[in-house]
Amino acid sequence: MEELLAARLQMAFSLGWHIIFACIGMAMPFFMAYAEWKWLKTKDEIYLDLAKAWSKGVAIFFAVGAVSGTLLSFELGLLWPEFMKHAGPIFGMPFSLEGTAFFIEAIALGVFLYGWNKIPPRAHWISGLVVGISGVMSGIFVVAANAWMNSPAGFDFVNGEYLNIDPVAAMFNDAWLTQALHMTFAAFASTGFAVAGVHACMLLRGHQIRFHQEALKIALIFGAIAALAMPITGDLAAKDVAKRQPAKLAAMEAHYHTEERASLIIGGVPDDETETVKYAIRIPGALSFLAHGNFNAEVIGLDQIPDDEQPPVAVTHFAFQIMIGFGSLMMMIGLLYFFMRWRKWDYIHKKWWLWMIALATPFGFIALEAGWTVTEVGRQPWIIYGVLRTEDALTPMPGIQYSLLLVFLVYTFLTVTVIWLMRRQIRVLHQKYASQ
Amino acid sequence: MVTELIILVMAVSLLLYTLLGGADFGAGIIELFVGDQAKDTIFRAIAPVWEANHIWLIIALVILFNGFPEAYAIFSNALHIPILLVLMGIIARGAAFTFRHYDAVQEAGSQRIYTQIFRWSSVFTVFMLGMLIAGLFAGTIPVGEPADFKAYFLDSWFHGFGASVGLFLTVLSAYIAAIFLLGEVETENGYSILQIFVRKLFIASVASGGVIFLASWVQGLTFHGLFFRNPISMGAAFMATLLAPYMFRLITDRKIWRMRIVAGAQVVLILLGWLVIQWPALVRFADGSSLTIYEASAPLATMQILLGALVFGVCTIFPALYYLFRVFKSDIRLNEE
Repeated sequence: MEELLAARLQMAFSLGWHIIFACIGMAMPFFMAYAEWKWLKTKDEIYLDLAKAWSKGVAIFFAVGAVSGTLLSFELGLLWPEFMKHAGPIFGMPFSLEGTAFFIEAIALGVFLYGWNKIPPRAHWISGLVVGISGVMSGIFVVAANAWMNSPAGFDFVNGEYLNIDPVAAMFNDAWLTQALHMTFAAFASTGFAVAGVHACMLLRGHQIRFHQEALKIALIFGAIAALAMPITGDLAAKDVAKRQPAKLAAMEAHYHTEERASLIIGGVPDDETETVKYAIRIPGALSFLAHGNFNAEVIGLDQIPDDEQPPVAVTHFAFQIMIGFGSLMMMIGLLYFFMRWRKWDYIHKKWWLWMIALATPFGFIALEAGWTVTEVGRQPWIIYGVLRTEDALTPMPGIQYSLLLVFLVYTFLTVTVIWLMRRQIRVLHQKYASQ
Repeated sequence: MVTELIILVMAVSLLLYTLLGGADFGAGIIELFVGDQAKDTIFRAIAPVWEANHIWLIIALVILFNGFPEAYAIFSNALHIPILLVLMGIIARGAAFTFRHYDAVQEAGSQRIYTQIFRWSSVFTVFMLGMLIAGLFAGTIPVGEPADFKAYFLDSWFHGFGASVGLFLTVLSAYIAAIFLLGEVETENGYSILQIFVRKLFIASVASGGVIFLASWVQGLTFHGLFFRNPISMGAAFMATLLAPYMFRLITDRKIWRMRIVAGAQVVLILLGWLVIQWPALVRFADGSSLTIYEASAPLATMQILLGALVFGVCTIFPALYYLFRVFKSDIRLNEE
């Protein structure tokens, strides 16, 4: 395996792994704060039990998220030193702010996890809220840095030199808002559905206890609202991409030929040789409408992108379709959920509904990983869009295949262990309830 | 001015990482020697603060790639391997520590595995950190583009001098941890055990400090010469050593917070002794040249914004950190003054 591919895979794997824990760390503090608030308000012990049980799992996810994040912060330089040499001074500001946000988050987490009996209940609840808010802030900052890679701003690229650096303009680049919105809601959608799904599984196994019912409801309210926001934020992001990164849009939509009244392609297999998409469903004009708000607008195709600047079409397109597919399912589940609540149906006892929620457990995270694949692979061959190619940023150190293997092995081992630990936590929880 | 201020913040960040992160690593090392009886005390001491303690490393890193990108590139290339090893150690350690406590089923088999991984990765990580830092100022990084794999990616850090700094840092971390743990231990017996450890670790620190100079001399490096010729470095080293009798007195008298402050002072002096001869170089090369902070620094606009962000960070973080330590460190076990 050649070095560039190994480096790409290592980065993708580290990021893809970390982001799951980062999302859980962003969203779950709000679930726990909600539960704790309900306890403070109703004095119903079940909410306190829930907050505490959730925090036992969250502590594990946080620790793993923190150490995998530490790896990433160094990995940027380890794998792409040429990139960091130039980008560091330009997009360092969101990273410094992210560092501050992390710090507050870690401090608040220490207080939250271990300060139950040490500080007044109100103060403890606020610490949980601070964990969530600073987590979301740090997520927004790091996404702003990624947005800069897609929408470089705050410098003049003259004869290979990066001049007139303006870090503020760099951070508030054209893409940061749409990316930050879409990602923040994605964290809540994926975590909400995953947590709801786990509790639905427990209910299906016969543990028809209020604990799981209340847990499911809290997680799903966050997940459902976020799932409904996703198509909106996604549309905003896609319109921005259509304007700024036409190559990425063309790749994700497998849009080979520039045309007005462009068709939206659903499904299908892109064929680079013939520049067609086989077995696809086409909706005429829909792509023009989605990308530019006008059924007759021209959508730039891959034919206008030089060959050596085209992203891999098949990967980007499939990932995009997967994201849209699972995202749509989540949106429909969300709509159904609100409908059932409005009509006061007893959804929590309906087996078919619990099965649906349980099956949907991984949907959000699948969509999340697919979405990141779209945006990262769709940006290729650039690491800084239009400025620096990924292959020119690569580390000179040979043998990246070995560090890839090392990271892969360590993370696989950790994944297995975390799953094993979660199962044990749930088992002990049920033993506790069974004996009551 | 801006450059110097940023370096100051980075130095403070590294100092705090040495103290707080070092105490954290050191606790794992202490556990290796004291055994299972220390587990609960150590957990109570580290658990609420370990994640926050290690962020100082991230802060220092962000300052490096933001403010001194050329140094960062050299660091990431020549020291790629030790960085990767340190990261693996950090991951193993953080995971093992958390899993050990949060495993819902506390059974002998899995607990033993977590414990072994936690203790040994504590030693490994801080030792590798020492080798990593040593690589920057030993003068063993070849100047220019990486030509030869062994010379650039291996010989730059994998040598006796690096190992001696690794050893010193390991011993120093254990020393710091022992002093901090004196304030956390709950039994007289535990206190006595740690008291003996502090003495042994102090002697070991001085000895391993000496080995650094020896290694530098044997390898023909500039470090020992620069250090001995600099009155501030020598003065700082002497002062750090001479504080020992006072430290032992404080331990006997159970002055928990004063002993922590004195330990902090000793670490500050050691770091000062090192920084004074390092200044203003960020990286020393094998041909005697170096990359200074001025040569490596980013454009002025970046530095100004960075300083602003750091000031904001400091104003936000320190009060929060103070609160954290107030909540968890204010009830001292044995009789305070």
